[in-house]
Amino acid sequence: MAPRTLLRRLHNTWGQVGAGLLEFYSAPYRRTFARAQRDEEDLFMMLVLSEALGVPNPASYYTVELLPVVYDRFHDWHRRMGLERSPLDNISCC
Amino acid sequence: MNSVVLALVGVTMMILGYFLYSRFLGRRIYKLQESFVTPAHELNDGVDYVPTNKFVLWGHHFTSVAGAAPIVGPAIAVIWGWLPAFLWVTIGTVFFAGAHDLGSLWASARHKGKSIGSLSGQYIGPRGRNLFLVIIFLVLLMVNAAFAVVISGLLTSTPTAVIPTWGAIVVALFIGQAIYRYKWNLPTVSVIGVVALYALILVGDRFPVILPETILGLSANSFWIVVLFLYAGVASVLPVWMLLQPRDYINGLQLFIALGILYGAVIISSPSLVAPAFNDAVPEGTPGIVPLLFVTIACGAISGFHGIVSSGTSSKQLDKETDARFVGYFGAVGEGLLALGAIIATTAGFRTIAEWEQVYSAFGQGGVGAFVEGGGAIVNSGLGIPAGLSATILATMAVLFAATTMDTGIRLQRFVVQEAASIIGVNLNKMVATVIVLAIAMGLTFGAGADGAGGMLIWPLFGTTNQLLAGLTLSMVAVILLRKGRPVTPILVPLVFLLVMSVYALIVQMGQFYAAENWLLLGLDVIILVAAVWVIFESAIAMSRAKKNPPELEDDERRRTSARTRS
Repeated sequence: MAPRTLLRRLHNTWGQVGAGLLEFYSAPYRRTFARAQRDEEDLFMMLVLSEALGVPNPASYYTVELLPVVYDRFHDWHRRMGLERSPLDNISCC
Repeated sequence: MNSVVLALVGVTMMILGYFLYSRFLGRRIYKLQESFVTPAHELNDGVDYVPTNKFVLWGHHFTSVAGAAPIVGPAIAVIWGWLPAFLWVTIGTVFFAGAHDLGSLWASARHKGKSIGSLSGQYIGPRGRNLFLVIIFLVLLMVNAAFAVVISGLLTSTPTAVIPTWGAIVVALFIGQAIYRYKWNLPTVSVIGVVALYALILVGDRFPVILPETILGLSANSFWIVVLFLYAGVASVLPVWMLLQPRDYINGLQLFIALGILYGAVIISSPSLVAPAFNDAVPEGTPGIVPLLFVTIACGAISGFHGIVSSGTSSKQLDKETDARFVGYFGAVGEGLLALGAIIATTAGFRTIAEWEQVYSAFGQGGVGAFVEGGGAIVNSGLGIPAGLSATILATMAVLFAATTMDTGIRLQRFVVQEAASIIGVNLNKMVATVIVLAIAMGLTFGAGADGAGGMLIWPLFGTTNQLLAGLTLSMVAVILLRKGRPVTPILVPLVFLLVMSVYALIVQMGQFYAAENWLLLGLDVIILVAAVWVIFESAIAMSRAKKNPPELEDDERRRTSARTRS
């Protein structure tokens, strides 16, 4: 076998071992991380929408620009917060 | 008898079990289909439901179910001789655990990856689900209490394991930081982690840490138990990426290395079994082999905990339904091999029978300490590693298993406590919930004496509860099979055997706890007995109902029918 082919094969095998190890490392905790990320995003959503929800927000000048970004995720968020319908008149997602 | 013969016979039985019996189960009973769309594909969300390579999934499954239990159980049970333990581990793995683990994986995969708890609610009824919650709470509670005592015992008896035990935490913290903060390549980090862990074992072997007889008014054993609970409490509230995840990972790698070392040493040194095949002269106070053998060895023969892992995570990652054979059944075989290794270490690792009898001087003696001592002697003669260092390697392996299970157990139980509190309208934060969990576990550990003896006394109770959990899972699998009009004998036989042995063991233990005036354990025994009777009652009702009802359509038939209805 040519040295270059051998090297390529070794490189591929090493890559597969790495991918397998990564799966072995990360899979048992995927759900935990996904939940933690969701919780952080929920908090972020609340900060962005705080003024609209009646909570004074000193950073509203900046966060208002983020409203279009979070709009798509708003429906899932208010459902997770236990609100069957959108609590904001200006965002009537459902 | 030569231990290599025992190892070969045992391994052959389990491998044949995999190639022949699991094929029978997969084809005739569970009817696994390669074309079945598994939940990992149907509900792929990149989080819980992810199709995974079967070898990687087996690695997860095996390392999740393998803990200190398949070492501790057989290491205690060889007091009745090596043959009964060997037979129960091999026959139990082939005909009980394999059918149970494969069955729970299949049942969950056929129901969108639902957990055994949810399936119990669906097939056995709401009472079945509540029962499941009670049993899982008790299993976790006992795991936390018993494992703290196992670890403290090892740290006291093998002081060379102290540095690697606590050093492993530093290694895990380093791995967590290297991967998430510095984005290092995982194979490189793994090699560094394993080398660092073994370097710590060498350091520990050189510098044993022996505590004074009393510290802060506590014995060395009790002191370690308190420290372990405090550590487990802190570990369970830290972000998982920091400690728990890398600890699980390095522990998984260490499991394969240590198993390789142990079996390699057995093959090279081929020691003879010095313990009797049947021990006619058991120490005074040793309970009868029937039924205690069947609950003393739970993990390694059959374990309800495997059903939780199968249905909790593994079923959601099955790439093909036929992979369930390898992941579920072969996962049970892996656990059986660990238990077989423990039997060989504790019966062939001593020079004379007198030496063995000295270690097994009373029921509950020997245990994991005998595994470390005997296994260390085998590794020493097989691989030429000094006896002390060999014992340190095995002690570190056992401690890491127990500690990882304890960390996770405390964390899981915290969720149970928080959930239970929320049902009665109390919102507990994670600190308060963790303190409650630790207080209950410490109460159980120290309830039978200031030396923490309660932790080991409850070991057979842990086995019984674990078997009950397996019984509940098997009964649910039986109900599903009955609903589909398929044969159930391969499930019914282990189910009936387990329930009979569990109830019998509970009654025997009740008498012992009453005679010893140990009200705490007696109370726990009564709770478990009520749960056991309840399991039997609920299972019988569910099975008779399932038999009377018309057979449920097979999944492919159901799909065709619903497609026709839609069109």
